[in-house]
Amino acid sequence: MDVVMLSRIQFAMTSMFHYIYPPLSIGLGLFLIIIEGMYIKTKNLRYLEMTKFWVKIFALTFALGVATGLVQMFGLGTNWGRYTRYVGDVFGGALGAEGIFAFFLEAGFMGIMLFGWKRVSAKMHYLSTILVSAGAHFSAIWIVVANSWMQTPAGFTIEGTGADARAVITDFWAMIFNPSSMDRLLHVTLGCWLSGLFLVISICAYYLLKKKHVSFARTTIKIAIVSAFVVLIMQLFSADSTARGVAENQPSKLAAMEGVYKTEEGTAISLVGWVDTKAKEVKGIKLPGVLSFLVYRNFKTPVLGLDNIPSDEHPPIQIVFQTYHMMIYMWGLMLLGASAGLYFLWKKKLDTSKWTLRFLVISVTFPQIANMVGWMTAEIGRQPWIVWKLLRTPQGVSPGIVSGQVIFSLIMLATIYFTLLFLFLFLLDRKIKHGPTDVPDQVGYKDPYKKGAVQ
Amino acid sequence: MIFAFLFYCVVILAMICYAMLDGFDLGVGILHPFAKSDMDRRIFLNAIGPVWDGNEVWLVIVGGTLFGGFPEVFGTLFPAFYNAVMVLLLGLILRAVSIEFRSKRESARWRNNWDYLFFFGSIVIAFGLGLTVGNLIEGLPIDANHQYLGSVFNFIHPYSIIVGITAVALFAMHGAIFLVMKTEGELHDRVRSWVPKVIGIFIALYTITTIYTFVAKPFMVQPMFDRPYLFLIPLISLAGIIAVPILMKKEQDGWAFISSCISIATLLILTVIGTFPYMIRSTIDPVQNSLTIYNSSSSELTLKILLIIVAFGVPLVLGYGFYIYRIFRGKVEIDERSY
Repeated sequence: MDVVMLSRIQFAMTSMFHYIYPPLSIGLGLFLIIIEGMYIKTKNLRYLEMTKFWVKIFALTFALGVATGLVQMFGLGTNWGRYTRYVGDVFGGALGAEGIFAFFLEAGFMGIMLFGWKRVSAKMHYLSTILVSAGAHFSAIWIVVANSWMQTPAGFTIEGTGADARAVITDFWAMIFNPSSMDRLLHVTLGCWLSGLFLVISICAYYLLKKKHVSFARTTIKIAIVSAFVVLIMQLFSADSTARGVAENQPSKLAAMEGVYKTEEGTAISLVGWVDTKAKEVKGIKLPGVLSFLVYRNFKTPVLGLDNIPSDEHPPIQIVFQTYHMMIYMWGLMLLGASAGLYFLWKKKLDTSKWTLRFLVISVTFPQIANMVGWMTAEIGRQPWIVWKLLRTPQGVSPGIVSGQVIFSLIMLATIYFTLLFLFLFLLDRKIKHGPTDVPDQVGYKDPYKKGAVQ
Repeated sequence: MIFAFLFYCVVILAMICYAMLDGFDLGVGILHPFAKSDMDRRIFLNAIGPVWDGNEVWLVIVGGTLFGGFPEVFGTLFPAFYNAVMVLLLGLILRAVSIEFRSKRESARWRNNWDYLFFFGSIVIAFGLGLTVGNLIEGLPIDANHQYLGSVFNFIHPYSIIVGITAVALFAMHGAIFLVMKTEGELHDRVRSWVPKVIGIFIALYTITTIYTFVAKPFMVQPMFDRPYLFLIPLISLAGIIAVPILMKKEQDGWAFISSCISIATLLILTVIGTFPYMIRSTIDPVQNSLTIYNSSSSELTLKILLIIVAFGVPLVLGYGFYIYRIFRGKVEIDERSY
């Protein structure tokens, strides 16, 4: 294999491993704000115990996020040197802002959040939690903006030619608010929240099944299921807006997502399908006109097909099609889980609904898979470009490196990452089984609004 | 031009902050195996526990500012040092996860293994950083198109190795002083007894490196002969290094730590004075082929944006940075939330 392919595999692998952790810390960060806020407001010790428990899990995911994140930045330099020279000027501001406004905030106050329980007041601790979570969100903003610029470049001009060409910024705000950045930012953030929330749901469902830490789990799962349901509905609107943006800005990506080979009136979507790349058609269950409707809000207007796009600008169609559909199936499964959870919560029968709880335990994997395949759709769908219509992927690779080096680093990173993932899951599993310290119900505090509390 | 220079100063400042702050984290890692009991090792880990994450961010800032402000340097340096960067990454990952994972289980074998990896990771990072500085002084075979022409193990040569070892000793000294400030009782006395040894090793290596530089890299000292007032920097550096053992003897630990910080900062500034205005010196043709501050920077607009971000962001970062260090000042206390 050549250096380009090896470097692509390496970057894809390190990105996918990295992307297990930041969504969890962004999602858990949001959840921590909610439950520690409840503690501050109600002074109920159960919420304090919950906070302390989730902070530990947060710390575990954060450390792995940082370690794998460094690989991302350095990996751009080592394998994609030509690309970094090309985009450095444009990304400069965003990267600087990410480091200074996001990472320091997150890493700095992380210390207080983890170790400052006895050294600062409860309010200061809560503020630290908010700042850590804000930092995590800020870092998502800048990195998604930079990636969106690669999808829909704006606010720049090209200086130099051939191997010396580079993009130079002309309008900072046009770069930041490039056509896809806001849609994608919302889409990614909601995806992160779902990761965190379904981790929480899964762990609590497990406790309810095993009848351990029941009072803790009942309170937590209620907050998490309601939040997850709201976020899933928001994701629907965000997804619609994002996909329409793709139709407008990256028609070849959209065509690959639904396997649209022919430009025709009433373009169909496939509920399930297999792309026959030889015959140039999709075999499966189709709904005619629906893609036209989703993009143009009427069942007639044709969606641009691959027949109108030069074949050297086609992304790999099968994988983009399948990953995109997989993402939607995952959304469906999450919605199913959240709805069932809501229904049984309303009926006050969640504790005894064994099958729903079992489904919720495995639901932790759905948002993770959705995030992974969603990014695969976005990044593979962008091919053959590394920067949309400006720089082809093979042109981005470092000129000096040889395949032996990349094979060596690929094996090294793969070994470490698989080991780390294994250890992460092992420790997470132990933490979950050990669980939070059970608070004897309402120590030193009686909720006056509860029946029988005031006697 | 002026913006490129100003932003270059920002990159150097970030490097200095990184070396001063993460320097003691690395030092603690290098000294970690010398703490024998489990409790002592936990105290070591918790001495850096609340702050090491934030300190490491300075390294991300160095990388990020190079990427954004000097993309040409970023895109040349990293592919050229491909193998070294990968080993450095190995060190960074191992250190991070071993701090986090070590105390999660009771088993002695589990803890010993992570202790070993923590030590290994720290020493690899310290050595790697020194190796990089040594290579930046030495220069790289870069052609007129800023293309790296060397072999994949070009970064290993006697000079860079000796600078790498000196860096390990420097951080070990820095970490030892930090630990003296953070520990109490019997452990405190034991750590204090290590300090003269570590300082001795560092001063010996420092002397060798200095002589080596004078003899083999005359261009590194030439700027000082051209502008004699620059001799102030090596003088401060020397004063800082000499002050460390004296202040430690007087038990002025805080001041000794500051002296150690000053030595680290001035040693980096000396490197910068020697290499200025080159960011990567070409060994093929230093005048024509080198990457300088001016021919490898981003556009003026990007540099201005970056400087604005720095002007707003850095005071903020330093402000809450001081606040966080104040909260965790004093001796380490171990409780159920500790590592």
